[in-house]
Amino acid sequence: MVRRQTLELLVGLFVVAGVFALAMLAFKVGNLTGVDVTKGYTLKARFDNIGQLKVKAPITVGGVRIGRVAAIHMDENFYAIATLNISKQYGELPKDTGASILTAGLLGEQYVALEPGGDEEVLKDGDELTITQSAFILEKMISQFLYSKAAGSDAK
Amino acid sequence: MDGIRSLGRWVLARVERLGHASLFMLAVLAGTGTALRRFHLVIRQMHNVGVLTVLIILVSGLFVGMVLGLQGYYTLSDFGAESSLGLLVALSLTRELGPVVAALLFAGRAGSALTAEIGLMKATEQLAGMEMMAVNPLTRVVAPRFFAGLFSMPLLAAIFTAVGVWGGHLVGVGLIGVDEGLFWSRMQDGVDFQDDILNGVIKSFVFGFVVTWIAVFEGYDTVPTSEGVSRATTRTVVNGSLAVLGLDFILTSLMFGEL
Repeated sequence: MVRRQTLELLVGLFVVAGVFALAMLAFKVGNLTGVDVTKGYTLKARFDNIGQLKVKAPITVGGVRIGRVAAIHMDENFYAIATLNISKQYGELPKDTGASILTAGLLGEQYVALEPGGDEEVLKDGDELTITQSAFILEKMISQFLYSKAAGSDAK
Repeated sequence: MDGIRSLGRWVLARVERLGHASLFMLAVLAGTGTALRRFHLVIRQMHNVGVLTVLIILVSGLFVGMVLGLQGYYTLSDFGAESSLGLLVALSLTRELGPVVAALLFAGRAGSALTAEIGLMKATEQLAGMEMMAVNPLTRVVAPRFFAGLFSMPLLAAIFTAVGVWGGHLVGVGLIGVDEGLFWSRMQDGVDFQDDILNGVIKSFVFGFVVTWIAVFEGYDTVPTSEGVSRATTRTVVNGSLAVLGLDFILTSLMFGEL
């Protein structure tokens, strides 16, 4: 039998170690300190094609992460609507902000890049982004390229 | 005909045993207040169940993390994605390997000890002796051990995961030479506190509950002979591990199922 004081000390150390490990996971491994989107606002963006965009994909302005995609669904006209959660700490975006879906690296995940315009008015919670550019689909580009190549050689 | 009958008997026996185990658990949970008021008993058991398991958790966590670092690097470097090594190590550990491997080790190290201890108490008629003195062995013996297991398991899983990530860092950054900044930043980008870390903690709570439940029930329900205790100990490890793996599949499909 271990003495009671020693035992309590050991159990205390064990609990501290466990809580410390959890804190390390939360702050060092996870992104608990990252962009806080719970105190933000949401925008909607309508795309023809969202490609491989997934929920939780990052939203960036000039490469700086300002939020994440909250939901993706489809409206009655078969447009894909992405709901964007944007953190408040980065100020307000002008009304004519454009959204495009880009790919990080050649095979990386897709993200939404916003390009602020010069409008005086700002976007408010629930507004819709109208200037959008769809995802880049490699197969479509290749077939278009081949088609224009073939058409070009016919003309000669 | 005989085969079908014996199958039916087997099923009925299983169901009856499950019912016994559930009633037993309810009786233990009914004594929660008494057990937690005498918290020094829980602390003593946390020493047996938790503190003494830390060493094996530390060593296995370190090695699992190091192996993940090596294997992940070999696979990822084929795609030129070495920078995601940190993400791979952290996600596999927080979501799956941390809670599951810690629970398997917990079943082998702590669960078997709990069963053997309670089983021997029964075989040497200590439990019957307590009842003679109007001490309820469920609140005096079983409940402190159960709560000690329930509290220890999430802490052990967290320690396992943290040490594993450190092991992956040791091999990935220290040995192979993946860029340190990319290792951490890709990890922090991809690991979500709520979806990955918190779900892992929930998993480890569930595993702690189930493994300790099986361990104390098998001990309490043992046939009071040396052979009975040995069988009960084996059953704890086998059933506990199987329950962890099966539950892990269900929990994973519930937590990460829909996209």
